[in-house]
Amino acid sequence: MRIGKIAPALVLALAAAAATACGGGDTSSSAPKELVYWASNQGTSLDNDKAVLRPELDRFEKAAGIKVKLEVVPWTDLLNRILAATTSGKGPDVLNIGNTWSASLQATGAFLPFDDAALEKVGGKSRFLGPSLAATGASGRPPVGVPLYGQAYGLYYNKKLFAEAGITKPPATWEELVEDGKKLTKPDKGQWGLSLQAGQVTENSHHAAILGAQQGARFSTPDGKPQLASDPSVAAVRQFVDLMQKDKIVNPSNAEYADTAKSLKDLSDGKAAMFMNQASAGSFKNIGMDMADLGVAPIPLPATPPSAGRKVTSFVAGINMAVFKGTKNPDAALDFVKFMVSAPEQALLNKTYGSLPTVQDAYSDAAFQTEDVKVFQGVLANSAEPMPQVPQESQFETLIGTAMKAMFADVAAGKPVDDGKIRDQLNQADQQIAAGG
Amino acid sequence: MPTALDDAPAVQATGAPAPRTRRKRRRVALPYLLLLPAILLELLVHLIPMLAGLAMSFFKLTQFSIRDFTSAPAAGIDNYKFVLDFDSAVGKALLGSFWISVLYTVFSVGFCWLFGTSAAVLMQKDFRGRGVLRTLFLVPYALPMYAAVITWSFLLQRDTGLVNSLLGTDSFWLIGDNSFWSLVIVSVWRNWPFAFLIVMAGLQNIPAELYEAAAIDGAGWWRQFQAITQPMLRPVNQVLLLVLFLWTFNDFNTPYVLFGASAPKEASLISIHIYQSSFVTWNFGLGSAMSVLLLVFLLIVSTVYLGLTARRRNASV
Repeated sequence: MRIGKIAPALVLALAAAAATACGGGDTSSSAPKELVYWASNQGTSLDNDKAVLRPELDRFEKAAGIKVKLEVVPWTDLLNRILAATTSGKGPDVLNIGNTWSASLQATGAFLPFDDAALEKVGGKSRFLGPSLAATGASGRPPVGVPLYGQAYGLYYNKKLFAEAGITKPPATWEELVEDGKKLTKPDKGQWGLSLQAGQVTENSHHAAILGAQQGARFSTPDGKPQLASDPSVAAVRQFVDLMQKDKIVNPSNAEYADTAKSLKDLSDGKAAMFMNQASAGSFKNIGMDMADLGVAPIPLPATPPSAGRKVTSFVAGINMAVFKGTKNPDAALDFVKFMVSAPEQALLNKTYGSLPTVQDAYSDAAFQTEDVKVFQGVLANSAEPMPQVPQESQFETLIGTAMKAMFADVAAGKPVDDGKIRDQLNQADQQIAAGG
Repeated sequence: MPTALDDAPAVQATGAPAPRTRRKRRRVALPYLLLLPAILLELLVHLIPMLAGLAMSFFKLTQFSIRDFTSAPAAGIDNYKFVLDFDSAVGKALLGSFWISVLYTVFSVGFCWLFGTSAAVLMQKDFRGRGVLRTLFLVPYALPMYAAVITWSFLLQRDTGLVNSLLGTDSFWLIGDNSFWSLVIVSVWRNWPFAFLIVMAGLQNIPAELYEAAAIDGAGWWRQFQAITQPMLRPVNQVLLLVLFLWTFNDFNTPYVLFGASAPKEASLISIHIYQSSFVTWNFGLGSAMSVLLLVFLLIVSTVYLGLTARRRNASV
């Protein structure tokens, strides 16, 4: 695309994407009901997702008489596709959204609000895990969707490398993490204490939110305005960047890492000893890691947290399921949502994807009784807080994540990143968000 | 059998247009009719969205109003004032991207033209293997854009890339200062065959007799290049440079595929910057204002360039 005409291209792209990709379900009342479902990429590939979901959708069709046309949309396209659908009013009937986008998408008004009546239709509010339900939109407003796949961050570590370095347990404090990381860092052997997706905008923003909470940062003012630049947020970003800059436990090459696969591989190949990530046992298995060497623990907190710091080791990550307001089959759409959040489907899908059920009654399945899953379950229940549920959340993620990516690039190139520089970057991000009103 | 010409007076007598006139009208109308689908498509694909983009730039179009454009609050010229305030973070970043795009265009177009012209001139004379070389040179242009740039992104990785392996270095090519040069290299690699192709076509229109006469007069290779090749290629070069300039300044694919949606600041072209402002930060009014400014800039440069080259052409006639 030549972008000299990006504004017109924007209009055209939105219209074209909407026209070609969407279309919604069947509009005729006499025809058999049909829904269009945009699923997010949860498996190892789009085809893998289709293979996982198709039998379930067929089962739903058999039970409810409603056909579901499935499209798995890659994460790189999903938000743009949703925006296009939002603009044109022609979208899928049901779709998956990243739960951190909830408040932003809620602000568009393009999605069916899950008020008490709608929640009742999908099984009732009380079935859902509280933290996951809290990440479904701005507080005081009906959720924009219901939680479908639960996720939380944990600290994965390579037990074999830990044992070789004489470390017997995962770090319990941030200081221990740094100390262990130093013991495990042997650049001459190509081994580093920690792997980071430092070139990944979203991941950077997630860590800024987690460490920010530990430092006592609030990324939005009480009246819901984003506020990135503050002493605690500068401290949080500094703490994260220092893993590469000052502590030197991260390979500077990680500044180029823009996807999870490389970090997973580093941990699996013994090139890195620790990696902070969402539950990803399935992915580790897929890349051939010896699962006996894989351990997981909550991301540690500072030994002496700042007075305003909060006990947060993860944000409430996950995927929500939303219903497009333009659907011609709202009842069928809600039936489908109810099916997807039913206990058997929750158990099956989350087991397959390595994520966590978002409804209480699915946890009785044996697959969710393992030690690793219990770690994430504990994090989600006890030390996870939702990302700021404000309409500008997606801008927050992009801007702070991009700024941190640039900081890591500077550190990798040997340019120092100090508090002044961080504050300056965060101030600029605040100005950019303010421009959006 | 009577001819159409024979029928003419009879028809004229009835007062209806003569067949010759009809034929003439038809002949005149035919090109317009043939152009009509293209004009309609042009309107649909370019002009209407362009006007819509222009309209969007006067509104505060964000996620709050994207569902219903008409509910977007009017911004007047606020979006323009905001992006042109070079003391603000947004304006400063836009200006930075603009200058990076200017530098990128200068280097990329310059090298593309230089390599394309050199290769075309060197291969002007027939020699064994010329056809094979010409085909080889065109390979980068024939390769699918995305596949080619993704391959470059693998080659340029620090730890596992072939470039560092060959150079024996551990430099970063996809982040930091080098990222700009990586972008220029990939762009030149991708576009120089186009310059080569166009110049090669231009060279084929230069009569061989001119070179023969010059050779008889004792002109060497360089003199022939200066006195014959360059002047004869001028019309081709004028178009070539304009097209390369517009393509390069607007280039979105190369940086997007090479670096992803958030390019390093050293290689943040204006196209990526506008994309981020529109799609990533959901500020479509601001992004549209930036696009319109870019469009105006490109129109001014193109108009001035075409005006200057036309004046020069007229002066030389």
